[in-house]
Amino acid sequence: MNRIEETFRRLSSRGEKALVGFVTAGDPDPQRSLALCGALCEAGIDVLELGVPFSDPTADGPVIQRASARALAAGTDLAAVFELARTLRDRFPVPIVLFSYYNPLFAYGAAAFHRDALAAGADGVLVVDLPPEESAELTSGWPDGRLALIRLTTPTTPPERMAAIAASASGFIYHVSRLGVTGGRGPDLAGIERQVGTLRRFTSLPVCVGFGIAHPEEAAAVGRLADGVVVGSAFEKTIEAHGDDPHLPQRLGRQARALKEALPRR
Amino acid sequence: MNRSFVPASGSVPDERGRFGPFGGRYVAETLMPAVVELEAAFRRFAADPEFHRELDLLLRDFAGRPTPLLFAERLTAHAGGAAIYLKREDLAHTGAHKINNTVGQALLARRMGKRKLIAETGAGQHGVATATAAARFGMGCRIFMGVEDIRRQTPNVQRMRLLGAEVVPVASGSGTLKDAMNEAMRAWVEAVEDTFYVIGSVAGPHPYPLMVREFQTVIGREAREQILAAAGRLPDALIACVGGGSNAIGLFHPFLEEAVELIGVEAAGEGLESGRHAATLGRGTVGVLHGSKSYVLQTPAGQIREAHSVSAGLDYPGVGPEHAWLRETGRARYEAVTDAEALAAFRLLCRFEGILPALESAHAVAWALREAARRPRGEILVVNLSGRGDKDLAILAAHPEPQEEKTA
Repeated sequence: MNRIEETFRRLSSRGEKALVGFVTAGDPDPQRSLALCGALCEAGIDVLELGVPFSDPTADGPVIQRASARALAAGTDLAAVFELARTLRDRFPVPIVLFSYYNPLFAYGAAAFHRDALAAGADGVLVVDLPPEESAELTSGWPDGRLALIRLTTPTTPPERMAAIAASASGFIYHVSRLGVTGGRGPDLAGIERQVGTLRRFTSLPVCVGFGIAHPEEAAAVGRLADGVVVGSAFEKTIEAHGDDPHLPQRLGRQARALKEALPRR
Repeated sequence: MNRSFVPASGSVPDERGRFGPFGGRYVAETLMPAVVELEAAFRRFAADPEFHRELDLLLRDFAGRPTPLLFAERLTAHAGGAAIYLKREDLAHTGAHKINNTVGQALLARRMGKRKLIAETGAGQHGVATATAAARFGMGCRIFMGVEDIRRQTPNVQRMRLLGAEVVPVASGSGTLKDAMNEAMRAWVEAVEDTFYVIGSVAGPHPYPLMVREFQTVIGREAREQILAAAGRLPDALIACVGGGSNAIGLFHPFLEEAVELIGVEAAGEGLESGRHAATLGRGTVGVLHGSKSYVLQTPAGQIREAHSVSAGLDYPGVGPEHAWLRETGRARYEAVTDAEALAAFRLLCRFEGILPALESAHAVAWALREAARRPRGEILVVNLSGRGDKDLAILAAHPEPQEEKTA
């Protein structure tokens, strides 16, 4: 059983919901990024999503675009992301999902990526712009299911497509709560309830909901409808606003703790 | 005229939008249903004679087609070799070939019940053509344009606003076409339910490279009839500039099965060795950008590099996947022309033929002069004069003519 499965099983048995925390790897620079990820892990996030910075993040809003630009300016490449994951893996048991656009992975090579991601202790990968129709070129040579392939569903995904996506997914399903890019306005609870309901007809995988969830009360509300919530831009906003604050890791940790504590429990 | 847009089986792209290994559909999940719906709509209306009747009327009465094919007599004499013919897309409504595609896509949008158009633009020609189609159809229109391009193509910004479009400045990256396309894709994700994204080049996810090609092949179909009428035979070579590659594909495609050389001309900017260029096929590597796999200018780590060209319409680090395939198969070859050569060709065409070409098209003219000079008289070149150059006057003023050329 891999770490993602184990985590959701443990949470479920305790009646807890998962807090999935996203940060761009290498933002604002590799050194501080390690401290920030460490603070999130210590604060009790259940899954860490490490964003692989990309020059042209077409699915991201301005906050994560700027995070990506800062990380690239600090020299973050995939090797640096793996290095960060490896260091975190030595210290924390939290599952790590690499969140990327396809081109940096394509340039690195599918087989090399698989090998090095596993060696770094990563547990899954989510490729934003690689829909199921195109993903065989990345995953067909991967020998086993050790690296989970996290799939996205969205408010525009028709039921039959949800079924196909769910059938080829592993780890958990990341449901995008609303149209648009990352960050921005809050969640549409009625829409989420309906869409997650549809999704559950096709999968027993945990469903995590993200995009636009920033505050504890939003996390609490969405947490009632799903197995976990994903928070990304809200953390990146803190990093951007307090980049030079020596206590930024503590600040980020408090933010994560408040979100985790707001999540419903049985 | 009734014709089918959809290629015969066995031709490219295949049903997955693949031109060999290139093309495909690399988009966020939110957009997948939209591109699938678009493909179905395109295939349905492509087979509908009424759609074609309406499109042909628009191309004739609104876009001003057919555009002429002009024998460039004095330019030919100056080059001293093969005869140069110019396909006058600069005379199409809005001053460039872009209108062929935007009226087609706007018509499709209307049939699909979408009332809002969005588009990216580099030089502003595609933005103007989209705003023009939107005005004609009474549709809402937002155009995404890089701040650097807004600065260097001011007349087109004014035209778009007059036509009722909102011009959205894009400051990210280098503030050019690539960044405008990023932002248009983000806007599309947000408004995908009621908004049609009019892509201006043979780039983007399937079906755009196919669809834009089919709307642009009117250039090549006309040119073929016209050169047969004028010279009694097919040309020896076709020459067109390539940024994303829509005017080139439009000219080339009806000649693919013929013994006619196809030459695409990319922007060499300040020189291929300078690193400041937009020669994606000449110097790029295979990657995935803006929804399809093709050649891109990128770092070894897969980060997209900024392109450079004096011409905003060629200043793009990607290229349409069909061009990648034509290059791979050897069916077409791709050359490159520097900023300085393009500026010189711009001036030459003004003096010798009384035509101000777009700086983009001036790249094709520059290569045609070289190509004509090394070919014997009696050979025929058809050059796509994809647009007019009024929009580029400020750039010409900022790059004064070198002294030694003045006496020539």
